[in-house]
Amino acid sequence: MESLATHNLVWLITALPLLGFLFHAFVGKRAGRAVVGYIACAVVLASFAMSVIVTVDLMGLPAEGRRAVASLLPGLREPAPWIEIGPLRATFGALIDPLSMLMCLIVTGVGGLIHIYALGYMAGDKDHARFFTYFNLFIFFMLTLVLADNILLMFVGWEGVGLCSYLLIAFWYEDMENSKAGNKAFIVNRVGDVGFALGIMAIFATFGTVAFHDPSGAGFLDMAARGVSAQGALTVGAATLIGLLLFAGACGKSAQFPLYVWLPDAMAGPTPVSALIHAATMVTAGVVMIARVSPVLVHSPVAMTVVAVVGVFTAFYAATIALTQNDIKKVLAYSTVSQLGYMFLGCGVGAFASGMFHVTTHAFFKALLFLGAGSVIHALSGEQDMRRMGGLRDRIPVTHGTMLVGWLAICGMFPLAGFWSKDEIIGYAAGFGVVGPFLAVAAMLTSLLTAFYMSRLMWKTFWSAPRFRETPRVEDGFGGGGAANALNLHEEEEAAHGGQDSGAHGGVHAVHESPPSMTAPLIVLAVLSAVGGLIGTPWANLFERFLEPAVAAYPIHHGLPVVPGLVIGAAIAAAGMGLAWSLYSRRREQGAILSDAQRRRIAPHRAAANLWYVDAAFTKVFVEWGGAVATAVWRRIDSGVIDGLVNGVAVLTDVLSERLRYTQGGVTRIYAVTMLTGIVALVVGVLAWGLGR
Amino acid sequence: MSAHLAFFAVLAALSVLSAVMVVVHRNPVRSALWLVCNLIVLAVLYLTLSAQFVAAVQVIVYAGAIMVLFLFTIMLLNLGAPEALRETGRVQRAVGAALGLSFLTAILGAGAVSVGLGAPAATPESLSTGGTVETIGKLLFDAGQPWLFSFELTSVLLLMGIVGAIVLAKRRI
Amino acid sequence: MLPVRTEYYLVLSAALFAIGVIGVTVKRNPIVIFMCIELMLNAVNLSFIAFGRHFGHVNGQMTVIFVMAVAAAEVAIGLGIIVAIFRQRESIDLDEVALLRY
Repeated sequence: MESLATHNLVWLITALPLLGFLFHAFVGKRAGRAVVGYIACAVVLASFAMSVIVTVDLMGLPAEGRRAVASLLPGLREPAPWIEIGPLRATFGALIDPLSMLMCLIVTGVGGLIHIYALGYMAGDKDHARFFTYFNLFIFFMLTLVLADNILLMFVGWEGVGLCSYLLIAFWYEDMENSKAGNKAFIVNRVGDVGFALGIMAIFATFGTVAFHDPSGAGFLDMAARGVSAQGALTVGAATLIGLLLFAGACGKSAQFPLYVWLPDAMAGPTPVSALIHAATMVTAGVVMIARVSPVLVHSPVAMTVVAVVGVFTAFYAATIALTQNDIKKVLAYSTVSQLGYMFLGCGVGAFASGMFHVTTHAFFKALLFLGAGSVIHALSGEQDMRRMGGLRDRIPVTHGTMLVGWLAICGMFPLAGFWSKDEIIGYAAGFGVVGPFLAVAAMLTSLLTAFYMSRLMWKTFWSAPRFRETPRVEDGFGGGGAANALNLHEEEEAAHGGQDSGAHGGVHAVHESPPSMTAPLIVLAVLSAVGGLIGTPWANLFERFLEPAVAAYPIHHGLPVVPGLVIGAAIAAAGMGLAWSLYSRRREQGAILSDAQRRRIAPHRAAANLWYVDAAFTKVFVEWGGAVATAVWRRIDSGVIDGLVNGVAVLTDVLSERLRYTQGGVTRIYAVTMLTGIVALVVGVLAWGLGR
Repeated sequence: MSAHLAFFAVLAALSVLSAVMVVVHRNPVRSALWLVCNLIVLAVLYLTLSAQFVAAVQVIVYAGAIMVLFLFTIMLLNLGAPEALRETGRVQRAVGAALGLSFLTAILGAGAVSVGLGAPAATPESLSTGGTVETIGKLLFDAGQPWLFSFELTSVLLLMGIVGAIVLAKRRI
Repeated sequence: MLPVRTEYYLVLSAALFAIGVIGVTVKRNPIVIFMCIELMLNAVNLSFIAFGRHFGHVNGQMTVIFVMAVAAAEVAIGLGIIVAIFRQRESIDLDEVALLRY
């Protein structure tokens, strides 16, 4: 491993958001909204700048040796030791390689844009300082996760982002539903974390180390690349075990089936939270982790197949649900679950770079879509139900224009970002052994559904006739412009919670565009969504070459010839969009294909709208039955047995002492008898002992 | 059976009989009198064991003084009447009998399984003059023997007895 | 050889002691209990003297002298206590004098 010239700047990448967190936590309330906002954005953008500098330095190294280790604590040459218990060693170190720097750039770059958006969005909130405290803390933990040089430190970051996710989902905790959503997210994550923790233990048991790489080649990824383990050769069984356990953890964090149920409920949080955490960064942590340990994973065809199959299944499954949702944020949430499935499909078939490419492009367009949705909600004074939207194309042009770009990207239309990444994955999936063609077909079907439901979203929101009641704007002394609107925003969104279909109360106040602090990031993200995919075209795949030193090599090949594959992809996207056009353009007034009655009657629609009853099943089994078991245990075992034992001791003492009282009754004769009995016993005892010898 | 043995058998029977009578009678005066009889029989036994001085002391002190004290107290407390006290319960008597018998068995059993006393180390001289006043006196007041110290301590003990008895018997301390 | 074997005296002593034990446990009159205790002491004295004769020295008899002295003192005090208790209450039934209790 080389050493970087700028290694002493690495600690700043994680330290700056941490300092922001500390500042906001301790003096945020007193410092005032402007100061808090500027510092929150400044630390993230400064971290971005540091990431850029380090990345440029990294690219100066030759491709094979493009890997370095730096200390996360300031002023040290080597990473500081953290845990040293026998053979278990972990350090506070950062692994600088293309994968980690890519994620740093995404997290700080897109995260910085979202911070700027949040300046406007959360300006009127009474817990302004608390929001940015958690937001900066999240960035810190996410950077720790991606920069960690050992899997234990990665786990620390993993848990930390889970914590911040909980804190931010339940940000408006006064409403019980939001708290419950936060709980759900944390608990379901925890279930996955069990798998992750067991996976770490399996790694340590197999390889004897938890460090990813080591200058002397003793990190477990180095060992896996050479095919060795601590016991000799790396067995397929060990690799399968590690792969499946770690994937279980990834399912929790990245919302794959069946641990996805928390992500739609997580929409209870403010929209910047949804954009940052549940679209661009935290949910991709699972994919990042899988890509990071890819050298181990490639030794297990079983694990890879499982990853691919679960990924594509989740993608299709979530797409079917997204077709039926009425809340704009929920559509995007299920869309995220579906796109994450694509990423895992890519990793599962061995195209780790493609999976990461989709992570990157998805970060751009999904963040764009979420922020745009926030802008729409703001424009409609808190309305989130698409059945009460419509006709917004000319009313909020900037939002519409940027969301149009995002829509084209996610549908996979040439030449935007989503087109390149999605089709690359489908192409590699088709070439994955025997099941490849099935995976590819399923992925293509999902693409069709994706194009359709995203178009449905656009039609209902922008292009159909307005279906809301509008009251003229009343001059209320706040003055005009964006600031006043922003002040009301959180109340609107707060008011919109408590259910999927609640909306603006009392009708919509005059529809207005969002302030520049919110539209500027939208524009930047739109540009990135448009051109960001060009670094990964099949003919000049700069992205794949960039990531090559960081992920495992696997004999992937395109199952489809390149150009026909691209054409098919574009055709599918066009088909989905066209189908939506044909259906919705005829129903501009209603803005819906099916009536409410039809929705209830058609069984598949009903099932999908009820989330295929998975949530209900979980509630029944874990909440109700689990609760019943817990109550029974409490009553029978805790109260009955354990309390019974403790009380029983007291009762026993009472009873015994009642009986034994008579030995001390004061009746002298009894004392004499007792003494004499004792003497007899003693004599007999000594005799017997003496005889025994 | 030699004359010695026959004599011993008679004395033993008498002592056991009188001891049983002590326990059996309900009238404490009768019990006391039977105890006197027992003590005198024991004194004769001591004589057969060449303990002449001790036999004399037994009669003088035990039978003569201690039993007299007992009888005085019985008379003082007017316990002559047997109706004064209730009968002991049957459970108690069974327990007592069992206890006594088990005690006897234990002791005899211990004796039976022991290694035995070995050959007697008695000399004709010890048998004849072993327990005379002169022998005992010489041993008691011999400065080299431990008995002199015990003798002095016993005098203190008897003083304590006197003082204690007087204190206990006073009406007002 | 001794005219009468020492073991016979020891058995007699054990028997007298056992009778004393029975008396202590069965009787209720404290004075009679006292007398049974004296019986036990005498049984022990007998065994001491028998042993003394067996081993040919006088230590057994010396011990007996002191036992007797102590027994005398003990009787004096004990009867004094009984008299004192009887002054307090009319009955000296030992089962009713259950003062040694919690």
